[in-house]
Amino acid sequence: MKLQQNTLLALASALEFAAQPERQFTVGEVAARYRVSAHHLAKVLRTLGRAGVLEAVRGARGGYRFAANAKRLTLLDVIELFEEIGAARRAGVERAGAAGRAGVKRATRRSEGAAGAGEIEAALAVVFAEIDELARATFRSITLQTMLRLIERRRRI
Amino acid sequence: MLLRGVRPRDLAQVVAIDAGITGLRKPAYWADVLRRYGGARGGRQFLVAEAGGRVEGYVVGEVRDWEFGSPPCGWVFAIGVRPDARLGGIGTRLLEALCGSFRRQGVKQLRTLLARDNALILSFFRSQGMMAGRFIPLEMEIG
Repeated sequence: MKLQQNTLLALASALEFAAQPERQFTVGEVAARYRVSAHHLAKVLRTLGRAGVLEAVRGARGGYRFAANAKRLTLLDVIELFEEIGAARRAGVERAGAAGRAGVKRATRRSEGAAGAGEIEAALAVVFAEIDELARATFRSITLQTMLRLIERRRRI
Repeated sequence: MLLRGVRPRDLAQVVAIDAGITGLRKPAYWADVLRRYGGARGGRQFLVAEAGGRVEGYVVGEVRDWEFGSPPCGWVFAIGVRPDARLGGIGTRLLEALCGSFRRQGVKQLRTLLARDNALILSFFRSQGMMAGRFIPLEMEIG
């Protein structure tokens, strides 16, 4: 599975802020760290701010700081601010499901055993849906705090 | 906080903690678990955390050998902490005690299996450093 660029940036930013919750970062600082445009990152941080993950700090050296509970906030909470996992695929599932059902009727009329394109797509969609569900469960089970511990453990290896 | 092996008189509290988490009272099941896992025999462990004479949590696990070619590994298949005692590190200490016991038996890996919508326990295991393993759970309807 592949997450959109904005989602990845939001995850990285949320972790960056959560690692130093007492610190305030400017958009420019974080943008430079991840080599993205400040304009682009600002939109992502605004979304995190509206969701209560970050709080905006006003003033000349304004920016953002972490405002959520890292022990409670999961990767899925952040991801779902930007996209729905498997949404595009689910639309495909519905199309393929309808085509599959039609294909079954045609195949029954035609001959036994000959799978139509719709049936094949529908069966593939079942497997992809399984993968999406596993991905959701994985993201739902990992909090930012757990991710920070994982980063720390990997640093020690 | 005292971590120790389960005793028969703990069972009612274990049943109550489990029922509080799962919504199901299973006294017969837990009596069977006590019979098979109490007393730390043959790599089996049933530990409780006690504070002030009250059981605050429990963990159950065992060493399993060569399932589908897997070298001996530790399995944890039940863990529970009273809701009003959570976030105090009791689950972590119970799991550490279980892992310590497995390590002393030469085991280097810990495994578990749980429903993917069990966010509470999944998050707990993740927080302890558990990651997706090499084995994939599969199931099918046979009834």
